[in-house]
Amino acid sequence: MSSLRTRIIPVLLLRGESLVKTTRFGKFTYVGDPCNTVRIFNELEVDELLFLDITATPEGRGPNLPLLADIASECFMPLGYGGGIRSLDDAKSVFDIGFEKVAVNSASLVQPRLLTDIAQTYGSQAVIASVDVKTNVFGKPSVRIEAGRRNTDRDPVLWAVEMERRGAGELLLTSIDREGSWNGFDLGLIRSVADAVSVPVTAHGGAGSIGHIGEAVHCGRASAVALGSMVVFQKKGMGVLVNFPDARELHATLEGR
Amino acid sequence: MTTIVDYGMGNLGSLVNMLRRVGVKAVVESNPSAISSATKLILPGVGAFDAAMQRINGVPGLREVLDRKAIEERTPILGVCLGMQLLTNSSEEGQLGGLGWIAGTARRFPRDGRLKVPHMGWNIAHPGLPSPLTAGVGLEPRYYFVHSYYVLVDEPAHSLMRSEYGVQFDAAIARDNVFGVQFHPEKSHRFGMQILANFAAL
Repeated sequence: MSSLRTRIIPVLLLRGESLVKTTRFGKFTYVGDPCNTVRIFNELEVDELLFLDITATPEGRGPNLPLLADIASECFMPLGYGGGIRSLDDAKSVFDIGFEKVAVNSASLVQPRLLTDIAQTYGSQAVIASVDVKTNVFGKPSVRIEAGRRNTDRDPVLWAVEMERRGAGELLLTSIDREGSWNGFDLGLIRSVADAVSVPVTAHGGAGSIGHIGEAVHCGRASAVALGSMVVFQKKGMGVLVNFPDARELHATLEGR
Repeated sequence: MTTIVDYGMGNLGSLVNMLRRVGVKAVVESNPSAISSATKLILPGVGAFDAAMQRINGVPGLREVLDRKAIEERTPILGVCLGMQLLTNSSEEGQLGGLGWIAGTARRFPRDGRLKVPHMGWNIAHPGLPSPLTAGVGLEPRYYFVHSYYVLVDEPAHSLMRSEYGVQFDAAIARDNVFGVQFHPEKSHRFGMQILANFAAL
């Protein structure tokens, strides 16, 4: 086997110049200043950071490059960015700043070539397909775009397979229903996607404990786990506290060592 | 001046950022005459082996300057990620020869479905032979890797650190003034900072 660690990735949501945290893609709570928060994650030596600008696509704009440049100058870990990536140029400007991955979400529906173009230029490892999923009242999951506002009626598994075919090097799979809930991951959803693709799947939405993280990996077969509320709040319903689970406990749960 | 060789392959911003953090002012240069006056060289690289060698061979004078710096002037050189693979003779990824400064080859990770390729994420690199490059990194430093091909050097004496991902491979290599790291020190917190600080202090 391998001594490769399961990647545990804080996902930080940008809204304007601020970091926020949402619940089910709504109910914004102010978390803090992005650069200050990044410095704390540096000290905590987190595996990787992913920034998602959740208002870029709704506002019809691209990435906030000056802010991303400030973030990158403080970060000494792998960095990903998503939000308003609509062209190869958008991706290039983010890579040039010092990010190594971009996440593409809404644009994949209207520009089927975009993900492939980025992957062919920068390599698949530089492209994350971000897939947001919401379940309807009948329990049927479908892919949402535009920060969860628009239902595409696409099946998550088929869409994930399509994203891999187009060249995505990994998938960020977000359950809108679980996001910000602290109630655990949608393990069925994660497993259905992870079993259908060969690229790594990062589970996102619902983490509330180290136990949940272990479930996402062991039951959901996720390759990596994204954390939101857990790393910016003290506990459910409590105040802001930038933190990271104890590495020893985490990797004892994940890798049994 | 520490000079990062810009031949159009790779993420240079983050290397500059981390060097600045360890107090080293680095410049990014693509011009062979500017590169020829460097006191230290960093050869970054992300992408395909042949694409990188084509670019290096394609800039008039660049290959000659790099060979002179490496072999005659004995300028300290650090290859990073693909930049380390280029230091060797060849790669299963391409047809072109490498720079050939350290005897070895880059091979493809087995794609038998057991492990995902690329090898991406944090892994441990075990220090072997002592070297100024790896001084003070501790017993089990961890680094961020992203690669689909791995290097094996021909001479055990040229291997500085080894890692394991399905196979054992060389994570850091060195021969005299030429050094290479397969991982991304610029993305590896204090573990990588130590390596870049050591290189800067050579």
